[in-house]
Amino acid sequence: MDQQAIIRSIIVSSPEIIVILGACLLLFVALMKNKHQMTILTGLSLAIILLAATVTAVLSSAPQSAYGGIFVVDGFANFFKAVFYLATALTLLMSGRYVVEEGIAEGEYHALILFALSGMMIMASGRDLLVIYMGLELQALSFYVLAGYLRRDPKSNEAALKYVILGAVSSGIFLYGLSLVYGLTGTTELTGIAVALSANEPPGLAFALAILFLITGLVFKVGAVPFHMWVPDVYEGAPTPITAYLSVASKAAAFAIVLRIFLDALAPAADIWIDAIIAIAVLTMALGSFVALVQSNIKRMLAYSSISHAGFALLGIVAGGPDGVASVMLYLLIYAFMNLGIFAVVVMMRSGEVRGDQIEDFTGLATDHPVWALLTLIFLFSLAGIPPTAGFFAKFYILMALVQEGYVALAVIAVLLSAVAAFFYIRIVMLMYMSPPTRRFDLALTPSLRLALIVAGVGTIGIGLAPGWFLDQALGAGFAETLAFAGGVSP
Amino acid sequence: MPEFPLLSLIIFLPVAGVPLLMLVRGDTAVRWLTLAVMVADFLLATWLLLAFDGSSPAMQFREDADWIPRLGIAYAVGVDGISVLFVFLTALLGWICVLASWTAIDTRVKSFMTSLLVMQTLMLGVFCALDLFLFYVFWEAMLVPMYVIIGVWGGKNRIYAAFKFFLYTLAGSLLFLVGIVVLYFEGGETFDILALMGQDYGFTVQAWVFLAFLVAFAVKVPMVPFHTWLPDAHVEAPTAGSIILAGVLLKMGAYGFLRFSLPMLPEASQYFAPLVLALSAIAIVYGGFLALAQEDLKKLIAYSSVSHMGFVTLGLFTFNANGLNGAVLQMFNHGITTGALFLFIGLIYERTHTRRISDYGGLMKIVPIYTLFLGLFSLASMAVPGTNGFVGELLVLSGAFGSNMALGAVAILGAMLGAAYMLRLIRRVALGPVVEIGTQPPWDVNGRELAAILPLAVFVIWVGFYPTPFLDVMGPSLDHLLIQVLGR
Repeated sequence: MDQQAIIRSIIVSSPEIIVILGACLLLFVALMKNKHQMTILTGLSLAIILLAATVTAVLSSAPQSAYGGIFVVDGFANFFKAVFYLATALTLLMSGRYVVEEGIAEGEYHALILFALSGMMIMASGRDLLVIYMGLELQALSFYVLAGYLRRDPKSNEAALKYVILGAVSSGIFLYGLSLVYGLTGTTELTGIAVALSANEPPGLAFALAILFLITGLVFKVGAVPFHMWVPDVYEGAPTPITAYLSVASKAAAFAIVLRIFLDALAPAADIWIDAIIAIAVLTMALGSFVALVQSNIKRMLAYSSISHAGFALLGIVAGGPDGVASVMLYLLIYAFMNLGIFAVVVMMRSGEVRGDQIEDFTGLATDHPVWALLTLIFLFSLAGIPPTAGFFAKFYILMALVQEGYVALAVIAVLLSAVAAFFYIRIVMLMYMSPPTRRFDLALTPSLRLALIVAGVGTIGIGLAPGWFLDQALGAGFAETLAFAGGVSP
Repeated sequence: MPEFPLLSLIIFLPVAGVPLLMLVRGDTAVRWLTLAVMVADFLLATWLLLAFDGSSPAMQFREDADWIPRLGIAYAVGVDGISVLFVFLTALLGWICVLASWTAIDTRVKSFMTSLLVMQTLMLGVFCALDLFLFYVFWEAMLVPMYVIIGVWGGKNRIYAAFKFFLYTLAGSLLFLVGIVVLYFEGGETFDILALMGQDYGFTVQAWVFLAFLVAFAVKVPMVPFHTWLPDAHVEAPTAGSIILAGVLLKMGAYGFLRFSLPMLPEASQYFAPLVLALSAIAIVYGGFLALAQEDLKKLIAYSSVSHMGFVTLGLFTFNANGLNGAVLQMFNHGITTGALFLFIGLIYERTHTRRISDYGGLMKIVPIYTLFLGLFSLASMAVPGTNGFVGELLVLSGAFGSNMALGAVAILGAMLGAAYMLRLIRRVALGPVVEIGTQPPWDVNGRELAAILPLAVFVIWVGFYPTPFLDVMGPSLDHLLIQVLGR
C-alpha cells in the first residue's frame, strides 16, 4: 500500500474515525464535572454525529473502497449509516432526563453510545468477514455495558450478564463458522468467497456446517427464534433509551451483515440456507406475535414485537434480489422511526415514582394528553402495519418482493401473523382511549424528548404518505451494483 | 388539460376540516363547523351527480398523478355509474351522522367529530379510487377511526365489539392485500384498476385471488358465516357509527365484488357463483329468522341487514341485468333505509335509554310524527310497493328467478320473513297499549331531527315511485360490467 492509498483509505473511512475520536473526546469532557454536563455531552455527541453524517453525505457521491477492498463505502453502507445516525441521535435526545432520574448520568454513557455507533458503521461497511466481526464485537461490547447501566437494578444486572454470556457464545459460534469458511474457500473477503463457491463443485457437508454456524451467530444478533431468549430479558432490564437503541440500531446492523453475507458472499449456496431462513422467519414471526399477546410489561411486549418484526424482515432476505434487499433496508429505516417513537413514549411515561413500563400505565392517557396519545396511536398502528402509516408500506414492500419470487403461501402466513400482532398493539390504544384514567399523568416531557417524538412521528407518517423517495434511495443503494451474484438467490 | 379536481375536493374536504376544528372552542361551534363541512361536501357530491354523464360507462372526473412511480402506484381517482351513487350516498349520510350525534355525543365532541371527518374522507376515497394500492390504503385506514368511534363512544360492551370489528376486518383485508399483490404481478406490474380489468389471468390465479377477495369482502358485507362481528358492532356503536356501518361500510364489501371480483376474475366468479349464491340464500333466510327472534331493537336491524345484504350478493352473482341492477339499487336503498332505521333507534334511545322491544308500546299515541316516519322506513325495509325497497327487491327477485327457480323461492321466503319481523317490530313498538317508559314520556322529533329524517324519506318515496333516474345512471356501467363478466 503506497502512501496515497493509505490517505485515500483514511478519507474513505473518516466517518468512523470521527465517531471514534469523538467518543474519546467525550471521555475527557466527562471528567470535567459541572452542572450542565448532560446538556454539554448530549450536544457534543449530536455535533459529532452531525459531522460524521455530513462526511458520509460527501462521500456518498460514488462507491469507494479502502484498505485493499475490505472496507467499502457504497450506497448500501451509507443507507445503513443514515439509519444508525438517526437512531443514535434520537436515542441521545430521549436519554436526557431519563438518565438523570435513574442516576446514571455519567460520561461513559455517551461515549459508549458512540463506540457502539462506530462498531455498527464498520459492520455496514465491511466487505471482509474479519472486519465485519471486528465491528460486531465493538458494538456488542458497548451494548453489554450499556445494558447493565442501571447498576443498582437487579434486572439491569441480569440483562447485562445474560447478554454478555449469550452474546459471547454466539460470537464464538459465528467466529467458528467464519474460520470454517476461510478453511474451505481460502479467503475471508466476501467477493472471494462468492467466487470460490460458484467456481467449485456443489458445496459439501463441511460447508453446510459452516453456514449453520454463521446462521446461528447471526440469528442470535438479529434476535430470531430459536436464539431469541435473551431479547425480552435484555430489553426489559436495560435502560429504556438503550433498549430503544438496541432494538433499532443493533438490529439494523445485524441485518446489514446478514444481507451482505447471505445475499452477497453466500448467494451461490442459497439452496443450502434458504429453507433454514424460511423456517426461522416463520417461527420467529409466530413466536413473537403470540407471546407478545400475554405480556403485561410494555418493554417485554415490545421485545416480542421486535422479535416478530425481525421475522418479517427475514422474509425480505428469503425473497432476495434487488427488491428483496431494498425491502429489508426500507423496513429497517421505517422500523427505526416507529420503534424509536414508541420507546420515546415509554421514556415519556417514566417520571418520578412511576416507572411507566407496565401496559396498564397507559390507561386513560388520551383523556389528559390527547396529542401525545395520538402520536402513540400512530406509532402503534404503524407497528401493526395499518395504512397510511409507514409501517404498512414496509410490510407491503416485503410482501411484494416475496410474491414476485413466488412465495405466495409465505406471504399469506406473514399477513395472518401480523393480524395476530395487531391485537396487542391495539390493546394499548384501547387502554389509552377507551378507559378512564386511573391516575394523574406527569409526563417526563423535556424539549429534547418532544423533539425526538416529533421527528419519529413525522418520519412514521411522512414515509407512509410519500414512500416513493425513500424507496428509490433503498433501491438505488441496494448493492445491485456491487452485488456479485444478484438474483442468484431466487430458487 | 387541467380540469377542476372535483373528486379530490370531495374526498379531502372533510379531512381538511380537521385543522379548522382544532381552532374553534366549544362543543357547539365544533358541531356547527363539522356540519358545515359535511354539508359543503354533500353539495359538491350533488354537483358531481348532476354533472355526471349517465349515458357512458366510462370512468369520469378522472384525476391521475404519480405517487410511487417505481412500483406503478398512482393517485388515480374517478367515478362510474356505480361509484357515483355511493359517493352521493356517503356524502348524504355524512351530515346526517353529524345531526344524529348532535346531542347524543356529549363527551370529547371534538375528537368524535374529527373521527367522523376522517372516516368520511376515507370512505369517499374507497369509492373513488382507481388504483388498487390507493384503494387498499383508504379501505384499511378506515379501520382506525371506526375502531375509535365504536370503542370510545359506544355502549357497555364497546371494547369487545371494537376489538372484534377490528380483528375480523383486518384479517380479511390482509388476505385481500396478498391477492392485490398477486394480481399486480400477474397483470403486468400495475395497480391501475382499469388496466387490471383488461387482463386475462389463468384460471388457477383467478380462483385463488377470488377466494382471497371473497374472505375480505364477505367479512365486510357481511356474509354468513363471517357476520358475527356485525351485531356486536352495531349494538355497541353510537348512532352515527351504526349509520356509517350500515349505510356505507357494508356497501363496500358488495362494491368490492362489483369493482374487482366480477370484472377482474370473471371465470372464477362464475365458477364460485354457486357458492356465493348459496351463502347469500343462507344469509337471507338465516338473517331473517335471527331478526325475528331479537329483543333488542338494534340487533333486530343488524340481523335484518345480514338478510338484506344477502339479497345484494344474490343479485350480483345471478349475472343478469335485472339481478345486477337490483343489487346495486338495493345497496343504495339499504344505505338509506337501514341508515334511517338506526337513526330512529338512536333518537328514541336518547330519550328512553332502552333498546328492549318489550319496553315500548303505543308509541303512535305518544310520538306520532316519529312513529309515522318509523313506519315509512319499516315499510321500505320490508319492500312494500311504493317504497324504494320494493323496486330493488323486485329486480333482484326477477334476477334470481331468471337464473334458478329454487333460488328465487328462497329469496321470496326471505322477503316474507322481512315483512314478518318488521311488522312484529311495528306492532309491538308503535301500536297497542301505551307502555310507560321512565318518568316522563319521550317527546316527539324536533326540527334538527326532522332535518335529518326528511331527505332520507324523500329518497324512499322517490326511488319507490320513479327509480328511472337512478337506474339510468348505473345502467350503462352495469351493462359494461356484464359484458366483462360474461365475455360477450
